[in-house]
Amino acid sequence: MSTVLRFLTSRWGPIITGTVVGVLAPVLVMLGNPGNMGICVVCFTRDIAGALGLQRAGTVQYIRPEIIGFVLGALVAALAFKEFKPRTGSAPLVRFLLGMFAVFGALVFLGCPWRAYLRLAGGDWNAIFGILGLVAGIGLGIVFLRMGFSLGRSRPAPKAVGWVMPAIMVMLLVFLIVAPQFGRDASGNPTGPIFFSTTGPGSQHAPLLISLAVGLFIGFLAQRSRFCTVGAVRDMIMLKDSHLLNGVIALIVVAFITNFALGQFHPGFASQPVAQTNEWWNFGGMALAGLAFTLAGGCPGRQLFLAGEGDGDSAMFVGGMLVGAGFAHNFSIASSAAGPSAFGPITVIVGLVICVIIGLTMREAVATAKA
Amino acid sequence: MNNNIEIVDARGLSCPQPVMLTSKAIKKLNKGAIEVLADSGTARDNVSRLGKNSGWAVTVEEQPEGSYRIVLKK
Repeated sequence: MSTVLRFLTSRWGPIITGTVVGVLAPVLVMLGNPGNMGICVVCFTRDIAGALGLQRAGTVQYIRPEIIGFVLGALVAALAFKEFKPRTGSAPLVRFLLGMFAVFGALVFLGCPWRAYLRLAGGDWNAIFGILGLVAGIGLGIVFLRMGFSLGRSRPAPKAVGWVMPAIMVMLLVFLIVAPQFGRDASGNPTGPIFFSTTGPGSQHAPLLISLAVGLFIGFLAQRSRFCTVGAVRDMIMLKDSHLLNGVIALIVVAFITNFALGQFHPGFASQPVAQTNEWWNFGGMALAGLAFTLAGGCPGRQLFLAGEGDGDSAMFVGGMLVGAGFAHNFSIASSAAGPSAFGPITVIVGLVICVIIGLTMREAVATAKA
Repeated sequence: MNNNIEIVDARGLSCPQPVMLTSKAIKKLNKGAIEVLADSGTARDNVSRLGKNSGWAVTVEEQPEGSYRIVLKK
């Protein structure tokens, strides 16, 4: 057992994590999750925002146990390996904003980097434009990093700070199980404050305990292996380091094989599940997301795992994603199967401008000194 | 050789800054010692991997307050 656990911090760690995600994500689809959405951190956060009433698009409301599992699984791993280190203070408000804009961009494409890779592995060729956009956004982020971009240092914080996000996840689990309905609609029928879709993607989900177990398992593995779907591309471009990229390649290859074996591989552009075919805004949306994730230091999954380790700044990014997901539907930013929504494209442009300003203006004093 | 010791304080910095600062120090020194201070397991692992991949001998010490002192020597 200890050999296996040591393996997770070796160069095999990201590959093992990617392989596990590559098998389990398509299995979650087989068990009820929406097509090519075994795991999608942004979509699932959006569904949680809907379930909490932050957006009222009736088809995307569900408290996704996978997200709860990601944070709590990472928490367990961090506690077990003495890596639970509460910290905060690295430009939390900017991270909140970056979380919002990352979600805006990702919901124009209709998926986070995890789902972009999973869509590709399911034969959804629209994902190619999303992934190209993601790489472009990460590339732009690297330009800012090389120019000295930094959100500043975090500082050790009281233990309580680190427990906030895990506590919120436990609360979400209680809401998921209890699903309180003490509101009343115009006809007097019970409704809210927790909303679950009865039609559409929000109504499609694998059994609760299986989703939660998969989330916990992946959260544990990813905390140990530092799996990151954005860091993978960033480290390859910037440092010629394929450590994390090997994990993403494993994810895509294994998910392709699993989809093929389960009869879930449907190649093409048209009629893909929870997808739109506008290549320009698939590219643009993910360029914005890639830039925002790079400036914040990691993909949305990584932000959840770090939040599980006690990182209050990543928790702020997750908070930004949750609020941003509410805005994305209330302000007609998120795309639909018909294509980009009324304010999706302009939001991507505004988001890119704001992220470029953040990239150009956030600096920290040089931290290297001669002894 | 005292003038070949570089100290990198990467405590509190997000990915990939600890590795970027260490990489800069590696490029600056052809040989000598680089002492990197880090406070997360991720930074510790990434800096160690960079050092080993660049041909430096790496030792890691855990400090009493939970941070790490990673020494790269060549």
